[in-house]
Amino acid sequence: MNTPLLQVRDLRVEFATRHATLVALDGISFDIQAGEILGVVGESGAGKSLTGSAIIGLLDPPGRIVGGEIRFDGRRIDNLSQDEMRKVRGRHIGAIFQDPLTSLNPLYTVGQQLVETIRTHLPLDAAQARQRAVRLLDETGIPAAAQRIDQYPHQFSGGMRQRVVIALALAAKPRLIVADEPTTALDVSIQAQIISLLKRLCKEHGAAVMLVTHDMGVIAETCDRVAVMYAGRIAEIGPVHDVIHAPAHPYSHGLMGSIPAMGDDRKRLLQIDGVMPRLNAIPSGCAFHPRCPKAFERCRQERPSLVQAGSTRASCWLHASGRETRV
Amino acid sequence: MTPVPVAMETPLVEVRDLAKTFDVSAPWLNRAVERKPRQFVHAVDGVSFAILRGRTLALVGESGCGKSTVARLLVGLYAPSAGEVRFDGADIATTLRSAAARPLRRRMQMIFQDPYASLNPRWKIEDIVAEPLREHGLAGPAAKRADRSSLRAAVAQLLASVGLAGADMEKFPHQFSGGQRQRISIARALATQPEFLVCDEPTSALDVSVQAQVLNIMKDLQRERQLTYLFISHNLAVVRHVSDSVGVMYLGRLVELAPKAELFARPRHPYTRMLLDAIPDIHMSGRARTPVQGEVPNPLNPPTGCSFHPRCPYANARCKVERPTLRRIETVQIACHAAEEGRI
Repeated sequence: MNTPLLQVRDLRVEFATRHATLVALDGISFDIQAGEILGVVGESGAGKSLTGSAIIGLLDPPGRIVGGEIRFDGRRIDNLSQDEMRKVRGRHIGAIFQDPLTSLNPLYTVGQQLVETIRTHLPLDAAQARQRAVRLLDETGIPAAAQRIDQYPHQFSGGMRQRVVIALALAAKPRLIVADEPTTALDVSIQAQIISLLKRLCKEHGAAVMLVTHDMGVIAETCDRVAVMYAGRIAEIGPVHDVIHAPAHPYSHGLMGSIPAMGDDRKRLLQIDGVMPRLNAIPSGCAFHPRCPKAFERCRQERPSLVQAGSTRASCWLHASGRETRV
Repeated sequence: MTPVPVAMETPLVEVRDLAKTFDVSAPWLNRAVERKPRQFVHAVDGVSFAILRGRTLALVGESGCGKSTVARLLVGLYAPSAGEVRFDGADIATTLRSAAARPLRRRMQMIFQDPYASLNPRWKIEDIVAEPLREHGLAGPAAKRADRSSLRAAVAQLLASVGLAGADMEKFPHQFSGGQRQRISIARALATQPEFLVCDEPTSALDVSVQAQVLNIMKDLQRERQLTYLFISHNLAVVRHVSDSVGVMYLGRLVELAPKAELFARPRHPYTRMLLDAIPDIHMSGRARTPVQGEVPNPLNPPTGCSFHPRCPYANARCKVERPTLRRIETVQIACHAAEEGRI
């Protein structure tokens, strides 16, 4: 088997505060294969964006990686210096963030920003870089790219700006793109355009994607596999269809059931009582046990690790102890 | 809910040709120097609908389509530029200027989108939920200090109706999560025992599992108290779950108004079809979608004729010049030349 493009093993991220050390990510392990789209889903505070930031080396202090490792193409990248990481970021791993306005510098034209990124990472002269920039903008569906390249970000609409950001992320032909809520700030009709654009371009450029979002609909339509996160841990990971339609973890089950969907006519939505724990009060054992309808003694004592549960992998004692295979 | 024959009932809320224009001109000196004309945004441009008692009308649309402006017009936070809003038969703009304003305010309440901004961080939950009771003198006659216990009992009951503990009234808003805060807003809105609730994106700021809790509570309360809702959302799946009928807005106008089942089974307006097609849905993984091109035009300078025509695959010469009006076709109302002429 090929080495996965990205390997994350037992990643642990902590925030040292005055009162206590908060564990924001705890034992995160997953792989992304070349060309694959992995969705990372979860509710606010689950640590999904943080996982993305840790991979691209942009954790804000006081957050820091204290354990585990991240390998890109077999090479460790979590212990690189800032300068070394800067060469990886952009060149090998591109990033797309939620708000396209804050990802672009308002004082430079779109073209200047694209050319700068291209020339930092690729050995091209100014004219070639500009040519590439125009082609990228054209590929992302910006009309009259050759003229609009000399405009400033404020002259673009929200959807168009996100296209520019995608062009920037793809500028140096990276092999992995970390997209953190790329469509959340956009209207639904624009959202669909951006998602299909992202999917098509990454396929054409052969880039793998880690798509972080809270929108299960986007995940369902875009991803090959999905990881469901809860309280800084992965609750379940597996092929997107199986996680949505036959979830193995009680949390994924509750999460899918709480989403009103177009094809269902339920009178009431499934509801998970309670809220996600705060980082300073993560329950013992399985972090989900206080809200889990199927929790038993072992769930309160011992923390489960990811085990095979049918076609997906779930961190749940129901499966580890062979009690059942599906919830 | 049991179906009621439509013609037999007068609607609780009726909106006729409602319009709201905002003046967004530059300051007069700039206008004089740069010779710029005054500029107006027609945020709501001739909207008409009715909501029957105990029912839910949902308004959907993308940002800037005027749905929140409609919400604010309905509860009297804005005065309409034209048209009228009738509540239980009386025009609210007139009523709010008369002595009957207070009883009217009691009967309609609003729930806002952001549960972090809509609760005063310096007030205890008790004071937040009791404020409407005090304001409207509903906590017994002369609810002054002496009557605090009856006030507290009323607050505890309200909190219980939204699934919170009575002891929570001693806390401050920052001690609650987003979903709990939204439930506090609902409790506050219910305090005056209103008949009509205007909910402006009540779950958009919430996580899905919490959204499910809030939507379930809203449905339970509607059944128990015969509440009438205007539910504003951009999420069609949520709208499909809560509403009885749905109005689709585009650039300040209603383009389609239909019973829920009809709208989702057979969307007629090209914009409704586009919206329905654009939504990512968890049951349709791998579906091939045809994303519609183009974006919402600038509301300062809307297209002539039908404002959707630049993005519409069915547009013809008539759509570019003549503005379609909302016409009834069978059970639905739709503003579209193509649908009217039977071209789609």
